[in-house]
Amino acid sequence: MSIIVRIPTPLQKLTKDQPEVKAVARNIKELITDLEKNFPGLKERLCDEKGRIRRFINIYVNEEDIRFLEQDETALKDGDEVSIIPAIAGG
Amino acid sequence: MSYVKGLKCRECGRTYPKEPLYVCEYCFGPLEVDYDYEKIKKVLTQKEILSRPKNLWRYRELLPIDGRPTDGLDSGFTPLIRARNLEKVLGVKELYIKDDSVNHPTLSFKDRVVAVALSKAKEFGFDTVACASTGNLANSVAAQAAVAGLKRYIFIPADLELGKVVATLIYNPILVAVEGNYDQVNRLCSEIATRYKWAFVNINIRPYYAEGSKTYGYEIAEQLGWHAPRHIIVPCAGGSLITKIWKGLKEFYKLGFINKPDTKIYAAQATGCAPIVTAIKENSEIIRPVRPKTIAKSLAIGNPADGVYAVGTVKESGGFAEDVSDDEIVEAIKLLAQTEGVFTETAGGVTLGVTKKLIEQGRIPKDESIVVCITGNGLKTQEAVTEKIGKPIKIKPNLASFEECVRPKGG
Repeated sequence: MSIIVRIPTPLQKLTKDQPEVKAVARNIKELITDLEKNFPGLKERLCDEKGRIRRFINIYVNEEDIRFLEQDETALKDGDEVSIIPAIAGG
Repeated sequence: MSYVKGLKCRECGRTYPKEPLYVCEYCFGPLEVDYDYEKIKKVLTQKEILSRPKNLWRYRELLPIDGRPTDGLDSGFTPLIRARNLEKVLGVKELYIKDDSVNHPTLSFKDRVVAVALSKAKEFGFDTVACASTGNLANSVAAQAAVAGLKRYIFIPADLELGKVVATLIYNPILVAVEGNYDQVNRLCSEIATRYKWAFVNINIRPYYAEGSKTYGYEIAEQLGWHAPRHIIVPCAGGSLITKIWKGLKEFYKLGFINKPDTKIYAAQATGCAPIVTAIKENSEIIRPVRPKTIAKSLAIGNPADGVYAVGTVKESGGFAEDVSDDEIVEAIKLLAQTEGVFTETAGGVTLGVTKKLIEQGRIPKDESIVVCITGNGLKTQEAVTEKIGKPIKIKPNLASFEECVRPKGG
């Protein structure tokens, strides 16, 4: 029972250079807590001091932006793929 | 000779070395080039700029390369047109068109950013360049990388206008059409960028690439006789251009080339994709992403990376924002063509349509200088207007047919 999480390059130092890790969670909030448990320091990088996801981070569940879903309450199920991606410029 | 100290996070101020980095490791804020302005001040003067060839590299000390420029050597320095016919129609006193629809070599403002991005990518030693694009960037990367002899991978949304696809393929890149909208293309590319050692101009080269847009602002000021106009209307997609035009004016002031800019900056978007305009109108700190639905495909970015800075620019300058419908976009494209002889793409229709609206609303006064940013060429987005401009009158090759069908008056 796990979710695949793709870690962006700037955070891979915290995941021992792994670009993909596994997590157990029912929603995005729990996912971040679970990541923090296994990779201490990650939460502080993903969330601001008020615990909100930083504004330059986009999180996708199976390629869908969570801002179109239920934000950090977005539900997760076994086998889901979560991508954490910094905002990037347009062209 | 370099005038770049390094990179700096726009959010938290942490500094980084001059490398192909684009995001702050700590807070994910975008990185920006940090210049040594004192050093620039000693070498760059108005006289020096005026002595140089008319292309964007005349401002090279304010661009983030270390060596000599190698790409886009004829890009930039596009016409700033006094639009007297349009002034009459809109009832304003002083209106200009900054016309990047004739930029070299691929007819959009993207030739500026790509000139800088490729020069920088070569300094970093890359042999492959790539980009995610709504079309104009694709054209420019494909063309300029062909000249530079670099391998090129271009990613576009699969539903792009034919003109933009043809104007990319002709340069023989590897063109990948992704079944999805631009935001999905961009997300995919950011994942690809972590796996391959390519210079992705809008991803890992972004801090350098984006600086090229400043030259659009420098040129406006220089071409107005070293003055900033009172009002500038800028089309917004990712929100970078509007931010960099404003930065360019502030840098010119810092170097003593112009007076403190008393310029209001306005954001223009299509109603079908207006996350930046909505945030400004609602005075919101947060940019809510949208799913784009507009004929202005080059502006169809629902999740603008520089959105918060675009909003900040508009607020800081005292400007405002407006959006226009697809019909208003087409009408504005026709208006610009039929008054000033400039055939712009849908993005230009957005900018002029918004300008007209802001003048009608009284947001932009009629007796102050106005610059409308026309950033792309209409020949690339012909689908948008084809059904709305009439048809040629077909006749037989004889005089009788001409007089019967055309019936010129007073002949």
